[in-house]
Amino acid sequence: MALPQVKQSALEARLEGLSLPQTGAWLGMAQSDALTRLNAMGLPAPRDEYWRFTNPTSLTAPVPTPAALFSPQDEAPMFDALDRLKLVFVDGVFDADASDEIALEGLEIERLAEAGQADIHWAKDIYGKLEERGQDPVQRPLATLNTAFATDGVLIRATGKVSKPVQLVYLHQDENSDAILHHVIRVEEGAELTILENGPAAARFNKVMEVDVADRAEFHHVRTQGRDHERRAATHIFARLGAESLFKSFTMTANGVMTRNEVVIELTGDNANAHVAGACMGDGDFHHDDTVFITHDAVNCESRQVFKKVLRNGATGVFQGKILVQPGAQKTDGYQISQSLLLDENAQFLAKPELEIYADDVACSHGSTSGAIDETALFYLQSRGIPHAEATDLLTLAFLAEAIEEISSEEIADDIRDRLEAWLLRRRG
Amino acid sequence: MLEIKNLHVKLEEEDKAILKGLDLTVEAGKVHAIMGPNGSGKSTLSYVLSGKDGYEVTDGSAELLGEDLLELEPEERAAAGLFLAFQYPVEIPGVGNMTFLRTAVNAQRKARGEEELSAADFLKIIRAKAKSLKIDADMLKRPVNTGFSGGEKKRNEILQMAMLEPKMCILDETDSGLDVDAMKLVAEGVNALRDEGRGFLVITHYQRLLDHIKPDVVHILADGKIVKTGGPELALEVENNGYADILAEVA
Ligand SMILES: Nc1ncnc2c1ncn2[C@@H]1O[C@H](COP(=O)(O)OP(=O)(O)OP(=O)(O)O)[C@@H](O)[C@H]1O
Ligand SMILES: [Mg+2]
Repeated sequence: MALPQVKQSALEARLEGLSLPQTGAWLGMAQSDALTRLNAMGLPAPRDEYWRFTNPTSLTAPVPTPAALFSPQDEAPMFDALDRLKLVFVDGVFDADASDEIALEGLEIERLAEAGQADIHWAKDIYGKLEERGQDPVQRPLATLNTAFATDGVLIRATGKVSKPVQLVYLHQDENSDAILHHVIRVEEGAELTILENGPAAARFNKVMEVDVADRAEFHHVRTQGRDHERRAATHIFARLGAESLFKSFTMTANGVMTRNEVVIELTGDNANAHVAGACMGDGDFHHDDTVFITHDAVNCESRQVFKKVLRNGATGVFQGKILVQPGAQKTDGYQISQSLLLDENAQFLAKPELEIYADDVACSHGSTSGAIDETALFYLQSRGIPHAEATDLLTLAFLAEAIEEISSEEIADDIRDRLEAWLLRRRG
Repeated sequence: MLEIKNLHVKLEEEDKAILKGLDLTVEAGKVHAIMGPNGSGKSTLSYVLSGKDGYEVTDGSAELLGEDLLELEPEERAAAGLFLAFQYPVEIPGVGNMTFLRTAVNAQRKARGEEELSAADFLKIIRAKAKSLKIDADMLKRPVNTGFSGGEKKRNEILQMAMLEPKMCILDETDSGLDVDAMKLVAEGVNALRDEGRGFLVITHYQRLLDHIKPDVVHILADGKIVKTGGPELALEVENNGYADILAEVA
């Protein structure tokens, strides 16, 4: 089907500044293939159903809106206290000097551009492949654009229980940067890997992470999208889960004029578990969109989606979440909750929770709520001597608790709690 | 200690008067009991004193140790020494009972210009007090009142009172929903706090609680006013004959 003229010209304008993928090696072929797919779908437009609550214009525009640099001095950098292996990207470009030496038992890490030239490579079966599987039944053109034009990223393969988390730090040093990063992760059978991500990354950040979790493997992911306000981000995670595997991803977002986080998970092996959670706090000119699509295509799998948003002062929160249970995916246990706490009357939460079930022996539940602080609870706390502002913060953190509990590491969960508390503290009137 | 004069209260949202000229003085070291028919305004009195929204004081005054209570925020009233054990304690999912209590104790200490309690000191004190109320470690860890049984909630109220050491304690039907043993525990908890510098206002429907917490004075509240005041024998009279005789007598 031919693309409508508007979409065609928007795509052409966007592609103008980007250098065409090189053909030849496996990466070049995957990128050319992605470009073909992109040309057939065009870029998201404000009228698209999947972009009903979020205006994609700033994410698809030919050039990014500049974003002021921001480095808060009142907090230690995220994950700094942990024993981890650190990989640094500056405005979307890997910085080897600032990164740790890659030498960890059971772990292989390569740069996308280099590995992409190899004759054969394990990532060949994943790069762009999981992304392409995630295009059905809903198109995600920003991810395809990423696959076609990513210039950097890492390929991470865990072959055993990796002793330290791998941290991907995204620094932002150029007010006009437009970064496209693509990571591929393979957790081999029985292996375990934790990925941490943090930092503003760029004025505009398009990131795709494809994660292939083999049978009985575990993948843990904690990311924070920092306090820098002006950056814009469109991120995608595409994950495929083998039998008895575990996938856990948690995202904390504090501030940001535009964030769209899409998570697309396919449970393809029996008894697999997928947990996705998010806690976000928005103040003022803030737009945050969580779009999640979980497909159950195996027996006895469990999935959980727990998304909590605290919004105030004009902030907008969006949640689009779907559980799709394919024929034969019996004994599916699917849970989805999306809630917002509106701290004043100027904030809004738009939610579209969906279930689509083609198997008869499943237990799926979903719920979405939007509400203000519970006055009765507030009075109870105050009557014990806790001042109004402190009591409000306590209830706000309590509201976020269910999402934070999804983090496996107590140490990281405590740190996230402290940072959320500090965020609230900075806003006390 | 607590001095209430000619208190008139109506609902903020509608034109409904609930307290209609209530006078009451509780002296330090004394236990006063309030009894009265359902809907007579007992809980409303306790809420208005502790500063809950939704009520409007149209006349009268309420002072705690000479300080105008009605001018203060709820948390300031607490810091000034007022405590209300709720008729219906509130469940707060996501806030741990222990965190809640430590935040409360330290907020009050801070408001009074006192040093905050260290985590270790706090733990030592709360463990001892919880033990005497038969509140186990698990209940301390769980979210505030969440999933607690009726009796557990009431014991948790008394634990809070014991930790906060208020000067003026109001207990709104703390006995309702308690089994005989729990009632004894609660009464012991209250009695342990009785001293010369502390006043109590015990709202109840039953003589049973007053067998354990011996009141000095008993008031009957009906239709928003104290209609009769007497000694402990007044509670016995209510227990035996109900309110009809008393109300007829004062009508
Ligand atoms: N917020 C409110 N909205 C509407 N009516 C109210 C409100 N608060 C109190 N009332 C009414 O005021 C009256 C007094 O209520 P209150 O709870 O003080 O009674 P009580 O003496 O404590 O009764 P009980 O013995 O049943 O606990 C009742 O008629 C009650 O319905
Ligand atoms: Mg009552």
